[in-house]
Amino acid sequence: MARVISMRKAINEALFQVMEEDPTVILLGEDIAGGEGSPGDDDAWGGDMGITKGLQPRFGKERVMDTPISESAIIGTAVGAATSGLRPVAELMFVDFMGVCFDQIMNQAAKFRYMFGGKARTPVVIRTQIGAGYNAAAQHSQCLYPVFAHIPGIKCVVPSSAYDAKGLLIQAVRDDDPVIFFEHKVLYDEVRDDVPEEMYAVPFGEANIVREGSDCTIVAIARMVHKAGEAAEALAGEGVECEIVDPRTISPLDEDAILESVEQTGRLVVVDEAYPRCNMAADIAALAAREAFGALRAPVRTVSPPHTPVPFAPELEAAFIPSAGKIADAVRRTVGYAA
Amino acid sequence: MTAGRGMQLSRERLLEAYRSMRTIRDFEERVHEEFEAGNLPGFVHLYAGEEASAVGVCSHLDDGDRICSTHRGHGHSIAKGCDVEGMWKELHGSSEGLCGGKGGSMHVADLSKGMMGANGIVGGGPPLALGAAMAAKTLKTGKVAVTFTGDGGSNQGTTFESMNFASVFRLPVLFVFENNGYAEATSSSWSVACGDIVNRAPAFGMPGTQVDGFDFFSVHDAAGEAVERARSGGGPTLIEVRFGRFYGHHEGDNQSYRAAGEVDALRRDRDCLKIFRRRVTEAGLLDDAGLDAVDADVAGLMDRCVEAARAAPRPTPDQLTADVYVSY
Repeated sequence: MARVISMRKAINEALFQVMEEDPTVILLGEDIAGGEGSPGDDDAWGGDMGITKGLQPRFGKERVMDTPISESAIIGTAVGAATSGLRPVAELMFVDFMGVCFDQIMNQAAKFRYMFGGKARTPVVIRTQIGAGYNAAAQHSQCLYPVFAHIPGIKCVVPSSAYDAKGLLIQAVRDDDPVIFFEHKVLYDEVRDDVPEEMYAVPFGEANIVREGSDCTIVAIARMVHKAGEAAEALAGEGVECEIVDPRTISPLDEDAILESVEQTGRLVVVDEAYPRCNMAADIAALAAREAFGALRAPVRTVSPPHTPVPFAPELEAAFIPSAGKIADAVRRTVGYAA
Repeated sequence: MTAGRGMQLSRERLLEAYRSMRTIRDFEERVHEEFEAGNLPGFVHLYAGEEASAVGVCSHLDDGDRICSTHRGHGHSIAKGCDVEGMWKELHGSSEGLCGGKGGSMHVADLSKGMMGANGIVGGGPPLALGAAMAAKTLKTGKVAVTFTGDGGSNQGTTFESMNFASVFRLPVLFVFENNGYAEATSSSWSVACGDIVNRAPAFGMPGTQVDGFDFFSVHDAAGEAVERARSGGGPTLIEVRFGRFYGHHEGDNQSYRAAGEVDALRRDRDCLKIFRRRVTEAGLLDDAGLDAVDADVAGLMDRCVEAARAAPRPTPDQLTADVYVSY
C-alpha cells in the first residue's frame, strides 16, 4: 500500500526495515540517537535532523550507537566492520565534514576490493546531508558529491524523491560495495510522494525519466530535479516540451538513458547544484559531446552555481542556487540556438 | 630476565615462533637483494630487526582475529599466516600474487587469514581496527583486533581518535606502537612530545606497557595479557614496542640521519633471532640443532619462492578494469 510521505519518513522507514530484515545492520554516528551519557532522554534527537528517530529504542544501543565527534573513527569503524561481517550504516551529518575522515573513504573503503585482488567486500553505507537552502553558510551547505564520484570504487546515490530515497537506501544496504548516500537537506520535508509501505529496492545505475518531452533534455540531480520540473512547467506554457532525466546515482551513471534522450531531443541542459568546475554537469556535457555529437542541434548548456563558497545572506544564497528561471533561460537559449 | 609465560610455551610453539621470525628475516633480506638487483618494482619498506614484535603479538591470534598493518607490513603479514610465495609474487606484481598483483608491497592483504592489509597511509589502520573490533563485539565472536602503528603513526589524529573511541566502547583492540626510533628520517625522541608513546595510555583511559622489542618473550607476554583482557571484555590496551630497524625507511634510503655504526651495533648486539636462540638454548627449551634445521628449511623455502616469483605469470590487460564495480 502506497501512501504519500516525506523523504524524511521514507529514509527512516527504510532504516527500520533493513534493520528488521538483517541483524548485521548497525547504525552509528554523532547524535543519531542523541543523548548517550546525558541525564535526559536517550533518543533525544534521533539524528540532528531527526532522520534516525526511534531506531535506538527499537533496536537497542548495541545496534544504534551514538559516537564521539570523531569522524575518522566513525568511518573507520564502519569500514572495518564492513570487512568483518557487519553491514554498517554510518551517518556523517554533513558532507562538508568529510574532510576530516576523507582518507578512510578514498584510500581505504574505496580501494579494498580492487587493491586486494577482488577478495575484499566492503558493504558500508555512509549517509550524509548535502545542499544549500537553509542559510547554513559555507561549511554546511555544499554539494560535494562530484569529489566522491571522481574516486573509483565508491557508489554515489543522490535521491530526489521519497520513493527513490527509500528504494535506493534499501539497495545501498544490500550492496557489497561502499555507498555514499547523499540526502539533500531541503528535500527532507520539501518532497512528499507515493511510497509503498513494503520493502523494495531501486537498482543503481538506472536513471528515472521524470518527465517526457521532445524538445530538450534536462539532466538534473537531487533537488535540481524539482527546479527543472518547475522550469519545464513554465516552458510547456510556451510550447517547449522538456524531458527530465534524473540519474539517481551519479556513480554508476546511466549513460545510456542520458544519451538515448539526447538522441531524441537533440538538445541538452544539465543542472547541478555542485560547484561548476569538474562537477557532474561538466562530466555529462562532455559525455554528450563525445557520444552524441551527431544528434546535437545546439551547444550543451550547464546550469550550476558560481564558483564561490556558499554564501550565508539569504538573498546571496538564493542567487547562488540554480533557480527554475535560470534553467528555463538555458533551455530557451538552447532551443532558440541558430547555427 | 623473567621467566614469563612465553618461556613456558611448548617446544612446538617455540619452534613455530622461531620459524616465523626466521621467515620474516629471510624474506626481508632476500627482498633487499632482489630490489638492489632491480628485480622488484615499486616502493618497499623492510621489517628486518623488528620480527619479535609481529610474531610476539600474532602468536596469540588465530585466523578469526584481525590485524591492520602499516607500509612496513611484510612481517605482520607473515606472522599472521599469509602465504609467503603469494607475497613474493605480489611484490613482483604477478597475477598469482596474494592480491592478483594489484596491491604490491604496501597493500599485502588476506582477509581469510585476518590480515586486513598493509597500509600506505600513516595512521590509516587504527580506525579500521576499531571496525573489526566492533564487529567482534557486536557479533559476540570473542575475536580481537590489533593495529600495528609506527612511532610516526602514533602522532596522527586518526590514531588519537581511535584510542579514545576504543575506550569509550570498550572495544577488544590492541594498539601496538612499533617505535623503531624514526618516522621516515625524523627521530621519535623529537616527534613524540610526551617522550614515550606509552605515556599516552592513561590519557585515553587504557592500560599501557612498554616492552623490549628485541626480545620475543617481552613482547609475547605483554601481548598475551592484553589479548586476554580484550577477549574477556576488558577493552583496549596500548603496547609500545621499543627497538630499531636494520634497514632504512624504504629501500634506497641512505640513512644519513642515523648515527655511524648504529645498524652494525643493532645487528651485532640486538638481533631478536640471536637473543631468542640464546634464551631458549640457555634455558634448555630448544637446542641449536633444532634451530639450525629451521634455518635451513626456511632458506630452502625462500629459494623456491624467489624462483617461483621471478617466473610467475603477469597480469593480462583485462585485469586493469576487473574488481571495480564500474569503469568508464
